Amino acid sequence: MSGGLYSMAAKDFDKTLDLTKIKPYGDTMNDGKVQLSFTLPVTVGAEAIEAAKQLLKKMGFDNPLVVYYRELTPGYTFFNCYGNCTHTVDFTSIYVPKVESTVMDMHQVDDYIREHIGRKLVIIGASTGTDAHTVGIDAIMNMKGYAGHYGLERYEMIDAYNLGSQVPNEEFLAKAIELHADALLVSQTVTQKDVHIKNLTELVELMEAEGLRDKMLLICGGARISHELAKELGYDAGFGMNTYADDVASFVAEEVVKRMNKK
Amino acid sequence: MMQSKLGLDFKKVEHARSLARNIAENVQSFVDSYTTVAVERTLCRLMGIDNVDDNQVPLPNVVVEELKGKGVLNQGVLFYLGNAMIQTGLSPQQIAEGVAAGKINLVQMEIADKKRIEEVLQPVINDSLKKIRTRRERRNEYLRTIGEGPKPYIYVIVATGNIYEDVVQAEAAARQGADIIAVIRTTGQSLLDYVPYGATTEGFGGTFATQENFRIMRAALDKVGEEVGRYIRLCNYCSGLCMPEIAIMGAFEGLDVMLNDALYGILFRDINMQRTLVDQYFSRIINGFAGVIINTGEDNYLTTADAVEAAHTVLASDIINEQLALLAGLPEEQMGLGHAFEMDPALENGFLYELAQAQMTREIFPKATLKYMPPTKFMTGNIFRGHIQDALFNMIGIWTHQGIQLLGMPTEAIHTPFMSDRYLSIENAKYIFSDMKNIGDEVEFKEGGIIRKRAALVLDNAVDLLGKINSEGLFNALEKGIFGDVKRPKNGGKGLEGVTQKGENYMNPFINLMKGAK
Repeated sequence: MSGGLYSMAAKDFDKTLDLTKIKPYGDTMNDGKVQLSFTLPVTVGAEAIEAAKQLLKKMGFDNPLVVYYRELTPGYTFFNCYGNCTHTVDFTSIYVPKVESTVMDMHQVDDYIREHIGRKLVIIGASTGTDAHTVGIDAIMNMKGYAGHYGLERYEMIDAYNLGSQVPNEEFLAKAIELHADALLVSQTVTQKDVHIKNLTELVELMEAEGLRDKMLLICGGARISHELAKELGYDAGFGMNTYADDVASFVAEEVVKRMNKK
Repeated sequence: MMQSKLGLDFKKVEHARSLARNIAENVQSFVDSYTTVAVERTLCRLMGIDNVDDNQVPLPNVVVEELKGKGVLNQGVLFYLGNAMIQTGLSPQQIAEGVAAGKINLVQMEIADKKRIEEVLQPVINDSLKKIRTRRERRNEYLRTIGEGPKPYIYVIVATGNIYEDVVQAEAAARQGADIIAVIRTTGQSLLDYVPYGATTEGFGGTFATQENFRIMRAALDKVGEEVGRYIRLCNYCSGLCMPEIAIMGAFEGLDVMLNDALYGILFRDINMQRTLVDQYFSRIINGFAGVIINTGEDNYLTTADAVEAAHTVLASDIINEQLALLAGLPEEQMGLGHAFEMDPALENGFLYELAQAQMTREIFPKATLKYMPPTKFMTGNIFRGHIQDALFNMIGIWTHQGIQLLGMPTEAIHTPFMSDRYLSIENAKYIFSDMKNIGDEVEFKEGGIIRKRAALVLDNAVDLLGKINSEGLFNALEKGIFGDVKRPKNGGKGLEGVTQKGENYMNPFINLMKGAK
């Protein structure tokens, strides 16, 4: 064992929290501890370990430690490493655009729609393009929901249509027109080589071409989707990890009311 | 019959099988009188037709589209190809090239006597069968000489999009202990009504299944198998719109395992049920003949439906799939019936229910090479907990003697596996498989306990469901959304336009030559 474990040496850095200069926390404020693992395309050996340490230095880690390594196959070595991050971030100057709605539960959303809109909202969802994964759209829409949050199909004041996976954008839009949808939910799970960006953009362009973009709410979701990305692509909102049907339903209901009031 | 550790009532199992037999026979009576564009393209390939035209259209598609366009596909390609061989003296490949060049019109030829057509086809048929038998023998030779890993076979995926990069990943996995390498297909390939040609280096979330890619990977696995002293099986996806076509390419190139499940395609790819059940029949005949283990996709029902409430749908579907496979002559040992470890980790005693279901599946299908799937729905991006979920799954795999353990990856739901993810998962499985090797022989389950009761309940519910499906027929049952909470219309979905009723000249001698044969 080397480098700091069970070390009695004094830690000679400022241990007070300064939100203008935050860094990772291991067990002492400002220790900067980070764990990471990666594979280098080199043969195992002392040179490989040194290469990993030099890489850690270049990434901004002091006291780089290789705690485990293993050659996965000739010419590829895997490392588990620790290091003390030297970089800091000013937390006080951060601004992240967020979905601006109060999150209501299912009954509150139903009541809200009854009171402020007075008719059922039509929401259609699909995993579009070549994406075959339904797990995202199912989590939001299926009756049963996900992680204790009921899906949109269970909402009394929402007519929810889940079109499933691999729905072409044209078909999705045609269905939206047919059903007079208030909101479109697009789920994207496959994000390799940014295939989701292309597909999401195509739908926006299609809607604009049809003159429909202002008539329906357009929302995307998926593990790799953020609200910021969604806005950038021309969507009304984006829902990423740890968001559920309640988040989506609340946003749609409030946004529909906002738009009704504007007219 | 083996002693049940669960006290299962095997009379109920027998009853379930007889219901499923009836369901399968009803499907079969439909299947027997139809063919599809995919079946006909498969016959083209069995006639030795390969390659693409100037527009990259595979020649089997050129020939089949030609007949379809002229409204005579119902007579089948073999009738027209055989006739053209007689009239022109050319080989099927030369004829296909002639059709592609617009120089040969298959339909506007004098029609020879059907008996003569059969005779001219026979040597080509024999060559194809011999080619497949040779491949099968080659696998058996490897199994006799270098052998294979113990069960459960460790199954991992590679999915880089580039077949040459896949080879690097696959070799690494084999050296780490993998027994089966599955090359995940590129997103959307299941919906292509043709099989692309040649080696490919671009794909999304997977690599195109092509005959050349099969060949490249098979050669690499043979080499690394010899190095590690263990035969490494190759798996691909005989599902979607090209089921029998992929099956025949796999049979020619020595694939060992194929995903092969019409029900999966119907429910999760919205493929038309008539189309895919006809395709499935011929693909399973080919897989049976080629010694390929098929994998079915029941595990996926639980990603859309709840794993506790819908467990019996998995068992019911496994029993139907078994009967459909038997009708196609596929031996039980080649049935990789699917089931999964998929309950919400927050559920108390979830492990006990999973154990009950896995043991139940093992006892109901004692000869099958069961394919056991890891948790996927509840992989959250918390790679550390995910690794533990996979460990629990591995315990059940070794405990209940599963045939194929499809390893979960801690990074599931984040990216297709890194080389290091695969290493960590294989290490996890090998540790548990060794550390708990004989636990299944040591532990029995308490009478009246949670585990026995769970197995009995799932079996009872499966019998009820099979009774319902039997009275409705499988097609109607699928329309009503019996599996995976997904409803599919009989005349909806993709690929229906490629289905046609067999005409009076129709011939496909391969069905009888390959079904149940070795």
